[in-house]
Amino acid sequence: MSPLIEARGLTRILHETVPVTLVRDIDLIIDEGEFVAVTGPSGSGKSSLLYLLGLLDQPTEGMLRVRGRDTEPMSERERAETRLATMGFVFQFHFLLPEFTARENVEIPMRKLARLGRDEMQARATDLLSSLGLADHLDKRPDQLSGGQRQRVAVARALANDPPLILADEPTGSLDSRSSEQVFAILDGLVRERGKTVVAVTHDLDMAARMDRRIHLVDGEVSKEE
Amino acid sequence: MRLILDIALTHVAGRGRQTLVAVIGVAVGVGFSIAMAALMQGGQDDFVRQLVDTMPHVDVTDEQRSARRQPAEDLFEAVAISGLRPRDDRRGIINPTKAVSWLEEWMPGRLAAVLNVQGVIRYSGREVGAVVIGIEPEKEVKVSPIVEDFESGSFAALAAGGNNVVIGDTMASRLGAGIGDTITAVSSEGLARNFKIVGLFHTGTTARDEGEAYVLLKNAQILSNRPNAINEIRIKLDDPNAAPTIARRVETELGYKAVAWQEANESILEALVVRNVIMYTVVAAIMLVAGFGIFNIVSTITHEKARDIAIMKSLGFSQADMRRLFVIEGLAIGIAGSLLGWALGFAITYALSRVRFEIAATGQEMTRLPIAWSILHYAVATAFALSSAAVAGYLPARRAARVNPVDIIRGAT
Repeated sequence: MSPLIEARGLTRILHETVPVTLVRDIDLIIDEGEFVAVTGPSGSGKSSLLYLLGLLDQPTEGMLRVRGRDTEPMSERERAETRLATMGFVFQFHFLLPEFTARENVEIPMRKLARLGRDEMQARATDLLSSLGLADHLDKRPDQLSGGQRQRVAVARALANDPPLILADEPTGSLDSRSSEQVFAILDGLVRERGKTVVAVTHDLDMAARMDRRIHLVDGEVSKEE
Repeated sequence: MRLILDIALTHVAGRGRQTLVAVIGVAVGVGFSIAMAALMQGGQDDFVRQLVDTMPHVDVTDEQRSARRQPAEDLFEAVAISGLRPRDDRRGIINPTKAVSWLEEWMPGRLAAVLNVQGVIRYSGREVGAVVIGIEPEKEVKVSPIVEDFESGSFAALAAGGNNVVIGDTMASRLGAGIGDTITAVSSEGLARNFKIVGLFHTGTTARDEGEAYVLLKNAQILSNRPNAINEIRIKLDDPNAAPTIARRVETELGYKAVAWQEANESILEALVVRNVIMYTVVAAIMLVAGFGIFNIVSTITHEKARDIAIMKSLGFSQADMRRLFVIEGLAIGIAGSLLGWALGFAITYALSRVRFEIAATGQEMTRLPIAWSILHYAVATAFALSSAAVAGYLPARRAARVNPVDIIRGAT
């Protein structure tokens, strides 16, 4: 079976007045069920790599395959569909839609994918949020939730369509240590118990140390992998 | 699709007051467009109705479009013939009985054959130039607009026979004559006959009230010394819009000039077209202004919701979804505005239809504003509003769809 993510010579250069290299020549294979940390100093291209893997950005050079499928010839629409079905994002800031309740936010990706009936979606959203300890906050809007709670809603949303890959960009970056620990435990659980693949950008080395694999970036290149 | 609609409505509803202003903008535009269209169309219909009512739909006269060729011109192959003494044609429609019965066979409507005689009406030393019109009363009543304008007497009074005449009230007052008085009609042939006034009419058209005298056809023929002649066939059709086709057929068949009312009033009808063009230009302009309101709000939303756009894209919404989202937001405002505009338009139209006023000149005719109720006005105003809303939504939507989520997600950190 082909790996979940396969990258060869992945390079992203911003063509501005002075060209900026975000990441350069990255070779990477991520298999299903891995818990991968992407570390490095700020500006090292950690997030840029994550956006490339998440098809939010397109590489200037190099090849990227998702489940063996080349992403190069994909249309914008196909990219969006791939994101919808196979990836879940968790960002540093929760990025929930402010007008919708926690449950509605979780339902949005499911409604977009439209594989389930409305009742099933509601039930699934309720289950996901309850399993993340948010059973009492289903109908609250993001501004009525604490930072840790919002981030957990964001995780639930990332899991909505049961994607094999979760991409997390500094998921605990704006949380206190207790909430950070909670969120980390959830991500860890996803890998251990549900067999998900989690790729998390973090500058927290302690946290990175507890993951399966660490990819250390410096100046857009892989400097160390363990 | 439901999802995008939900998000769109949430966005729009989230901006209560601004949305309301945009909706009212559209509503006022739609409302006034509807009211204006109702008034303009009403005026036009009223005008055309009067035009159609007062004129024959097709008027066949004993004239030709171009002068008849003289026999000499047909006989000799000369380049030019000068000093020709034209043959004096017998004026009038040739073989009128046949023409009339042919028309009656197929023509969907009513007709009346008449003889117009130029002449002078004389009474107690006063003279008024007039057209003495010879009619067959029982046929004339079916085509004439004057039937309803009698102040006293009627065409029926002519039918009784004898030397009777019906004239307009203005002519009567100029002559100083009244019902029962005997006037003298003198034709251009120099013949004179006395007629007793048995009816007076007032149409409101001065040329008619002052210059027309109706007598029996027979009497007109005697007066002009043209026995059995007629020189005009007036046709009223069941469907006035068929007039041009029928006029063409009559003209081809009979060879006489047959004028449809549309042709006779071409310049007026053209003016109406211009009026409509002006009206729809104004409607479009109003909607354009309303469109700016929509553009403004959708544009604001796309800016404020840049982060949401990035989120949705990261979740797996495509550019097309984003475009759809904001076009729907524009349309939602357009639709809400249109619905409100219908109510407003209906209210204004109803209010206008209740307005009564007197025409100052005569002081006697009380009238209402002519209003045309038509679903078409609502449809047209809505079509304008929605297309304007769609464009106003599309422009910011296109820009929003191109937003690169990475730029925004980065910017947030």
